[in-house]
Amino acid sequence: MMGWKEIPPGMVILEPGSALKVKTGSWRAAYRPRWIEENCIQCLLCWLYCPDNSVKVKDGKREDFDFDYCKGCGICALECPGKKGNKAIVMEEEVK
Amino acid sequence: MTKIVAVTGNEAVANAFRQIEPDVCAAYPITPQTELMQRFASFVSNGQVKTELILVESEHSAMSACIGAAAAGGRVATATSSQGLALMWETLFIASGFRLPIVMPVVNRALSSPINIHCDHSDAMGARDSGWIQLWSENAQEAYDNTIQAFRIAEDMDIRLPVMVCYDGFIISHSIERIEYFDDEIVKKFVGEYKPLYPLLDIENPKSFGPLILTDLYHEVRKAHSEVYKNVPKVVLKVAKDFEKISGRKYGLFESYMLEDAEIGIVILNSAAGTTKDVIDDYRNKGVKVGLLKPRLFRPFPYAEIGNALKHLKALCVLDRADAFGGSFGPLYLDVAASLCNFDQKPILINRIYGLGGRDYMPEHAAGVIEELRKIAKTGKVKSLKEYIGVRE
Ligand code: SF4
Ligand code: SF4
Repeated sequence: MMGWKEIPPGMVILEPGSALKVKTGSWRAAYRPRWIEENCIQCLLCWLYCPDNSVKVKDGKREDFDFDYCKGCGICALECPGKKGNKAIVMEEEVK
Repeated sequence: MTKIVAVTGNEAVANAFRQIEPDVCAAYPITPQTELMQRFASFVSNGQVKTELILVESEHSAMSACIGAAAAGGRVATATSSQGLALMWETLFIASGFRLPIVMPVVNRALSSPINIHCDHSDAMGARDSGWIQLWSENAQEAYDNTIQAFRIAEDMDIRLPVMVCYDGFIISHSIERIEYFDDEIVKKFVGEYKPLYPLLDIENPKSFGPLILTDLYHEVRKAHSEVYKNVPKVVLKVAKDFEKISGRKYGLFESYMLEDAEIGIVILNSAAGTTKDVIDDYRNKGVKVGLLKPRLFRPFPYAEIGNALKHLKALCVLDRADAFGGSFGPLYLDVAASLCNFDQKPILINRIYGLGGRDYMPEHAAGVIEELRKIAKTGKVKSLKEYIGVRE
């Protein structure tokens, strides 16, 4: 653990991307998103709106969720336009 | 080279801003600060400075924009008074916690309610524990000089903290006085080029401000933060020494006036110190050994130095231009008393509240306090520890 003498001025974090070390997915409560690939139009709105790192994109294409960072907030499901009115993200009850 | 002019305190500070030319100013008008920012705004619109002036919808936004601009890597200034400072309160702690060297003149004005636009110190006293350095100024010259020094103090790499420069609303902000202005070049050289620390706009080196820190580290962060304030007096004195070289004017952590051989003394901030010094001169001519201490660096409060400067007195009155409702004494008194409490030899202390909401502080008020202190020094008896003076029964 860090002692007070090691604290950087203003607590500025100088290491980029260090939030990856904190797996906020452990906070997820009742619901988790499920991606339905056949309804996905690859608009990447889910990636844009997700408050954490759980929507993965590779070579400009959406991949499945990374649940290490998903808090189950449902913003992605709300924003997802889907295909012809069929959502590509649905929220489902978390199975413990 | 200096130029001697007759200007208001606000005009002098606006001129200091023009000479320093901060990268960003975000401000909202409030009496009695308005004239300062209005004058600076005309420097901006006349093209005399390249400062980005952001007009915001409130002081909360003004300070928020200043924090953003300073974190981005700019030299940043703003100014406020009274309710404006109160509205900034939440964000003041963020500016100091982020160690952003923002400079903010606070043109002291009473707080509501009742609403009042005139001078007292309740605004700045309310923000005294926000982590901002506070420099207090007796007159327009000191307000101008402190503003110039504030940038160097704030930006010193050993501290990197925001600074408030306090001066009395209307009494100083709107009265015309004789001021010595430096040439622009001298000021620009004195403050030097701004060196940002961890600028967000340095996109080659991404960084994050404002992390969430919980029970595992917050206590350590605050301990580290409290240590920084120990470096402040040293930096203030170093900057004052450099400032003396260009101005011939001496600044310290506080001003001592006829204090060394004094038996009784007064501690008082800002413009009322001037009136008090005049009255002290009269009493000295009559052979009364009275002196004065006027704090300049009020935050961080230089406890050891102030305690040492006052401990030899027999009786001491701390005059507060702000009350601390429901607390024991006025805010200045509390710090002075704490500075003295561990000395074996120390004066008998009293606290007098004066000048709230712009009530005039007259020579007879200072004389009344001196007469009371003479009695206390002679008899050792105190009638009341805390009392309002200049108040109608
Ligand atoms: S539920 Fe919330 S956290 Fe999880 S992927 Fe969707 S937007 Fe991100
Ligand atoms: S918002 Fe919906 S449609 Fe757009 S990329 Fe994400 S899952 Fe696919």
